[in-house]
Amino acid sequence: MKFLLVDDSKTMRNIQKKVLSNFPGAEFAEAGDGIEALSVIAATPGGFDLIMVDWNMPNMDGITLVKKIREKDAKTLLVMATTEAEKARVLDAIRAGVNNYVVKPFTPEALTEKINATLAKAKAA
Amino acid sequence: MSSTATSNAITPDLIIPFMNAVTQVFQKMVGVPATVQKPYLKTQTASTYDVCGIIGLSGQVAGSVVVSFAEAAAVNLVESFSGTRFKVSDPDFADAIGELANMIAGGAKQHLGGVASISTPSVVIGKGYAIAGMSDIPCVVIPCTSPRGDFAVEICIKRHKAA
Repeated sequence: MKFLLVDDSKTMRNIQKKVLSNFPGAEFAEAGDGIEALSVIAATPGGFDLIMVDWNMPNMDGITLVKKIREKDAKTLLVMATTEAEKARVLDAIRAGVNNYVVKPFTPEALTEKINATLAKAKAA
Repeated sequence: MSSTATSNAITPDLIIPFMNAVTQVFQKMVGVPATVQKPYLKTQTASTYDVCGIIGLSGQVAGSVVVSFAEAAAVNLVESFSGTRFKVSDPDFADAIGELANMIAGGAKQHLGGVASISTPSVVIGKGYAIAGMSDIPCVVIPCTSPRGDFAVEICIKRHKAA
């Protein structure tokens, strides 16, 4: 399973990587902002199965990145992982096209559960 | 036509969300329990401790939040958070401090009322730095203790209310 982890904090990317390593065949690419993420996506043949996206990042934020991805790609699973927990922000993200939303801080179990739910929903669709 | 009124008082409803956010972040992501102590008004300009993660807030709630760690506590807590023991000079150390500050400020923001945005974090490391907040509002310090060292959250924010 190919993951792209997009977060301006390397620490947060490492934490996510550690948790998501438990998924079968997990492979990772990383990006520190939306612009870098678009470059990584463009340079990755076959794309990614699931992209984790932070909201607040320099250069290009996560919500803009989600909209840019969804302009061309309706299939890749997108999970927003952010401190932005207000209902309006969650709705904005859903309208932009995320498949699920994880609020920081999260426990490893909570992140795993969100990813499992995202994969199960996609499989059922 | 609308106007805004500004409240310069730091009231419990502006402080309690930060106390709760500290507890949540340390419980869920650092794996170390943090205990918040009684807040007090900050009277000195220097930061409480030597390692500071700084987040700006703008919008209907505006100002700054500084998460300030004693150096030894910062090294220990970053180790618990990231799983790696970094030197203070390592860029990944500053990254981890910034992310802790980001999660505390972000976690509190949703309970402050009103629409606000938070900045990406800045990190300052050094003894006796003065971090200037807004001059027209008081700053409150929330002292925090943990088994791996002490830290403090300095809040210097005000609320703009639509009138």
